Amino acid sequence: MKRLKWSLALAAGLTAGSVVAASAQQAAAPAPIKLGVVSFLSGPAASPFGVPGRNGAEILIEALNSGKAPAPFDKVGFAGSKIEIKWVDEAGSTAQVVTEFRNLVQRDQVDAVVGYISSGSCLAVTPVADELKALTVYFDCGTPRVFEEKPREYVFRPTSHATMDNTGAARYLIAKKKDITLFSGINQNYAWGQDSWKDFEAAMKVLAPKAQADKVLFPKLFQGEFGAEISTLLTSKSQALHSSFWDGDQESFIIQSGARGLANRMPYVGTTVESAIWRLRDKIPDGTIVGARGPHGPLAPDNALNKWFHSIYMDRYGTPPTYPSYQMVIAVLGLKVAWEKAAAAKGGAKPTTDEVAKAFKGIEYDSPSGRVKMALGNGHQGIQDTAYGTYRFNKQKNAPEVVDIVRYSAECVNPPADKTAEEWIKAGMPGAKC
Amino acid sequence: MLTAFAIFSDGLVYAAYLFLVAVGLTLIFGVMKILNVTHGSFYAFGAYGAATAAGVWYDRGLNDAGGLLFMVGLAMLIGLIIGIILERGILRFVYGRDEVVVVLVTYAVFLILEDVIVLIWGPRSYTAYQPMTAAGSIDIGDLTLSNYDIGLVVLAAALAACCYWALKYTRYGRLLTVVIFDRETAAAFGVNVRVLYTVTFIIGAMLGALGGAVMAPKMSITLGIGVEVIVLAFAVVAIGGMGSIEGALIGAVLVGLARAAAVHLVPQLELFVIYAVMALVLSFRPYGLFSQVQPRKI
Repeated sequence: MKRLKWSLALAAGLTAGSVVAASAQQAAAPAPIKLGVVSFLSGPAASPFGVPGRNGAEILIEALNSGKAPAPFDKVGFAGSKIEIKWVDEAGSTAQVVTEFRNLVQRDQVDAVVGYISSGSCLAVTPVADELKALTVYFDCGTPRVFEEKPREYVFRPTSHATMDNTGAARYLIAKKKDITLFSGINQNYAWGQDSWKDFEAAMKVLAPKAQADKVLFPKLFQGEFGAEISTLLTSKSQALHSSFWDGDQESFIIQSGARGLANRMPYVGTTVESAIWRLRDKIPDGTIVGARGPHGPLAPDNALNKWFHSIYMDRYGTPPTYPSYQMVIAVLGLKVAWEKAAAAKGGAKPTTDEVAKAFKGIEYDSPSGRVKMALGNGHQGIQDTAYGTYRFNKQKNAPEVVDIVRYSAECVNPPADKTAEEWIKAGMPGAKC
Repeated sequence: MLTAFAIFSDGLVYAAYLFLVAVGLTLIFGVMKILNVTHGSFYAFGAYGAATAAGVWYDRGLNDAGGLLFMVGLAMLIGLIIGIILERGILRFVYGRDEVVVVLVTYAVFLILEDVIVLIWGPRSYTAYQPMTAAGSIDIGDLTLSNYDIGLVVLAAALAACCYWALKYTRYGRLLTVVIFDRETAAAFGVNVRVLYTVTFIIGAMLGALGGAVMAPKMSITLGIGVEVIVLAFAVVAIGGMGSIEGALIGAVLVGLARAAAVHLVPQLELFVIYAVMALVLSFRPYGLFSQVQPRKI
């Protein structure tokens, strides 16, 4: 009986000790930060954009949580708090995307949402994010309208918008083809494709007034079969073909037009074609003008962060990161910088959403693709330098290459803070520092 | 002249694509009166199967022509297996139910099969361009045509001829015609309608997979390709008349030529023109161009 009492006392003591130790441990480790990460995990956009974006978030957040990211991002998680991810698929109707966003904020009580590839998703989520006062960071969607239509409070986009892609493409094309007189365009028939063509055509009018647009085609999104469009282009004397095609449409168009020799008549100027080079390899014609929606992938600067990110991505996924991965990293790092700035102002305590949003405005930070400046949209929209290059498939190395890379400063290809993209281009891009 | 030729050739190529996609759908509807949304999945499985076959074949450095046959063979085998599983495992239990219920069942299966594709092939995209590249091209004036596209037109024409011959001159075809015309009377005369249903569904599934397999070399095979296809196939089948093979052929040619003309002459109307043709035809022929006269039953 006496032994039983001692045993019970010992068990009780051990249990109490464990509870105290666990409590102490809990007190030492700050509560994790819940992050909703939204990307296309199914549907046609998953493979070229959604999954690389998701992969970028996965390996970066793993590195941040283990404190293994290089300086200045070597503090664990966000200000010492580990990050928990809730993955959400962006596929579905716009209404469904908004519902999922509300679920993340109201049901799952996430601290912030990072995501969105489709410009349609961003335009739909933006007013809801401000209504719910939910900190939201876009990583890929490109429409300039998000911050040009009205000021935003809780929404940020550290990656540049589409104007930079198209003014950069026009500048590069004219530098390579000074005597260009005729060009055509094929872009998907929705906000992204139409805005991209509008900016490119307007920039060409400013930079090469003698050049005229010939065939202007807007096939349906995810059309897949482009025989008639390719014939139309083959009947044109255009010297270049602009396209903001992405996803399977871009790959299908390149395969089909390659079989019919379109690239021999006019080079393809693809503002997003970098996302396809590791899959299509020698099917992408030499001479294609390569854009990556910023200085990402093979256009990225040779800095320590880029080397680190490229290396961990290759080790994990066996393929080089494409620009959606870089964009996701830029978005998450921007949130980390803002979070830690807000936390530092509170002596290390967890900041509120309002405090992080306030800290996010106008910050500047380094990323694997260079310096990011939150310079537009009242400090909510980022700008970066950009770069374009020319594609060739290196048969000796059996690998894609981008050569003749030309870099453009952020102020050369982005509008100033007090003008919309359309106003700036139509006015002749005044103040552009190239 | 060049533009007119381009419209004609592009129209035929697009029509071939539409017919290859729509023929299985209209066959299944004609016999079974099922608006089979799962047809998009047959197409997608055919395309993914063909991409897998291309990977296996071309990674071994084998010849191009054999590669295409292997792709088509594997895709049709997949169509056969899925067709048997769906018809025997699910659809036979809903025969005789309201048509809306059956459409919802096929839609549910379609959604499930989309996830099955993710489980088998993952979310990445695939290409199987080798047969198209190997086929080469031919120059006609300023226009360069892909020999593979010309082959697609020949295949679609041959398939249409085969279907016509099979329906008119074989015993199975004549039985199908009877069932299409009046299922109950056919059953009363001793036709085993259930067996015909099974065989027809499997043939429809294999034709859907064939469409995916022969289109695979032209495109990036990504998640969701079945969704895009099924909408177009429905439009073609509605124009031609639900259940009519010759209707699907004429519908495909009409849509193909109209779309090609729009792309060349008024590109702003490209999206609109397919459905404009459908609306125009259905306003004068509400059941499609080749709809059959329905006997009134008392």
